[in-house]
Amino acid sequence: MLILAALAPAGWSQSLTRGSVAARLPGGKPDFNGVWQAIGSAHYDVERHIARPAMMLRPGPYGPLPAIPVLRLGAVVSVPGGMGIVEGGTIPYKPEAAKKRDENREHWMERDPEVKCYMPGVPRANYMPYPFQIVQNDRNFFIAYEYAGANRDVQFAKPVPAETDSWMGQSYGHWEGDTLVVEVVGQNDSTWFDRSGTHHSNELKVTERYSLNGPNHIIYEATIEDPEVFTRPWKISMPLYRRMEPDARLLDFRCVEFVEELMFGEFRRKPLPR
Amino acid sequence: MRTALFLIPALALAPFAIAQGPRTADGHPDFTGTYDITTLTPVMRPNSMGDRKALTEDEAKAEAKKVSDALATQNKASDPNRKAPPKGGEVLENDILGKGAGGAVGGYNAFWLDPGNSVFKLEGKFRTSIIVDPPNGRMPSMTPDAMKRAGARMGRDRAGRSDAWWIKENITPGPYDDPELRGYAERCILSFGQSPTTPMLPNYFYNNLKQIVQSKDTVVIQNEMIHDTRIVRMNGKHDPPEIRRWMGDSIGHWEGEVLVVDTTNFRDQTGLFGADRNLHVIEKFSRIDGKALLYQFTIDDPTVWTAPWSGEMPWPVADGRIYEYACHEGNYSFGNILRGARLLEGEAMKANK
Repeated sequence: MLILAALAPAGWSQSLTRGSVAARLPGGKPDFNGVWQAIGSAHYDVERHIARPAMMLRPGPYGPLPAIPVLRLGAVVSVPGGMGIVEGGTIPYKPEAAKKRDENREHWMERDPEVKCYMPGVPRANYMPYPFQIVQNDRNFFIAYEYAGANRDVQFAKPVPAETDSWMGQSYGHWEGDTLVVEVVGQNDSTWFDRSGTHHSNELKVTERYSLNGPNHIIYEATIEDPEVFTRPWKISMPLYRRMEPDARLLDFRCVEFVEELMFGEFRRKPLPR
Repeated sequence: MRTALFLIPALALAPFAIAQGPRTADGHPDFTGTYDITTLTPVMRPNSMGDRKALTEDEAKAEAKKVSDALATQNKASDPNRKAPPKGGEVLENDILGKGAGGAVGGYNAFWLDPGNSVFKLEGKFRTSIIVDPPNGRMPSMTPDAMKRAGARMGRDRAGRSDAWWIKENITPGPYDDPELRGYAERCILSFGQSPTTPMLPNYFYNNLKQIVQSKDTVVIQNEMIHDTRIVRMNGKHDPPEIRRWMGDSIGHWEGEVLVVDTTNFRDQTGLFGADRNLHVIEKFSRIDGKALLYQFTIDDPTVWTAPWSGEMPWPVADGRIYEYACHEGNYSFGNILRGARLLEGEAMKANK
């Protein structure tokens, strides 16, 4: 059973219990096959936060108001509150990195890679509001994400430094009992953790832990290390939920064509009103 | 009914001796692995070869040498004292890729290209084309409507021109007027080559790796270009007609040793030689031996072609793994293509005054 330990404000994540493994592959490993999705508001802001008017704000006479470009979207672009997925509630940014996070937030629309349909990186890919599918056999663990068609092929090999950085990085897996541990290295510095300006450098190392908790939940934990940006390693944890619809599947979300007007519309021969 | 007719050529693909190999726990062939489908054998046979299905060994060797010689020439160190290339770009000696791809200014150096080093061999013969049906190795003729649509797309790119020729010729809309008028590859929506969608054909350029991962109820086919993942639902039913995908909706089943994948529910335009939403592709995967799979496909689109057509090629097992191809994220060229067109139009207007 999933116990959220009464959502205690600090360290609730540690009490996510790893329950029984409901299904195993023929070779004995826990069976993670299926379509999964996170629930919650971590994709807006991984830190503990109360609701705010919009993803991008400007000062108002009596407090922050939605910035002009998002004004007309009203409550659709408001940020719901969340208990956060970060152990301890906040990310231990170095002072200059915290400043950059604040600037990113002010310029959210121009800077968030999600706005341009760029691949999301890890761990953000796992808690975006889109399903993802794990296809697993005794030797392989492949993750396909609906958002931007991003994907990862977990290598069961000793991690080696990436030859060059990439958006989704290089994933190296090994098993610790029934938990799949994936080290993700070689990510570039262009991805974020959420829609709140949280950033990292290309020194980022993410160590993920996937543990089944019964047939329909994964306990997902990740340790984030990046000495360029953070004062110490920090940890996130959250459940991932099996999509229960009998027709659960990934659909196309090739958002490249959806952002074409945003990115290239001004270069039309006859630009449309912008 | 068209569907019934369609099954005949699919079955007409020549049966091959089925090799044993690794198996999944539930007893099916296990194709999990990485494959490199680079080849010099073209999708369509050159007209001049008629119904000739195979090259002699000498001809196959000559074909391979032509390409390796061209690459070697282009890989030679540049003369540091050479003059600037001519306006519109230069075509190098032995240029196999032509202006705008390997040879012209702004194209790729041969170092980055991987067009292949041999024509493929099946049943002991060096094949002249991937298409095997119709017997001339070429696509059947198009329907009149499809031909009209294809004609409208012709001549809209003119390599080597550095002026706004569409203004001078009063062509509206001009080929660079809007992003939507450009090809899917330029826009990073799909890959380039003869089939950036389903079926999976070599692109004769680079990055021809494919990866298969099989689970009990799903087969993933990962295309290196442009990080496109196909997810095949085994023993599933097709999506309802409202649901459309760029690479189609794929369901699969086993026919003995053969994995059969049936793909429908494409979008209005597919990127496959003008095929439209009625495109129906059947693919068959089987094992030739420890070194290669056999990939066979039959294509039907009654609003585009007057008959179905089929092809086959080996998928050789590859070492190594697929590296991320981030197309859109690095697509600085697309904005520049449109900006460049605006600049040329400005020059043309000025000259007209």
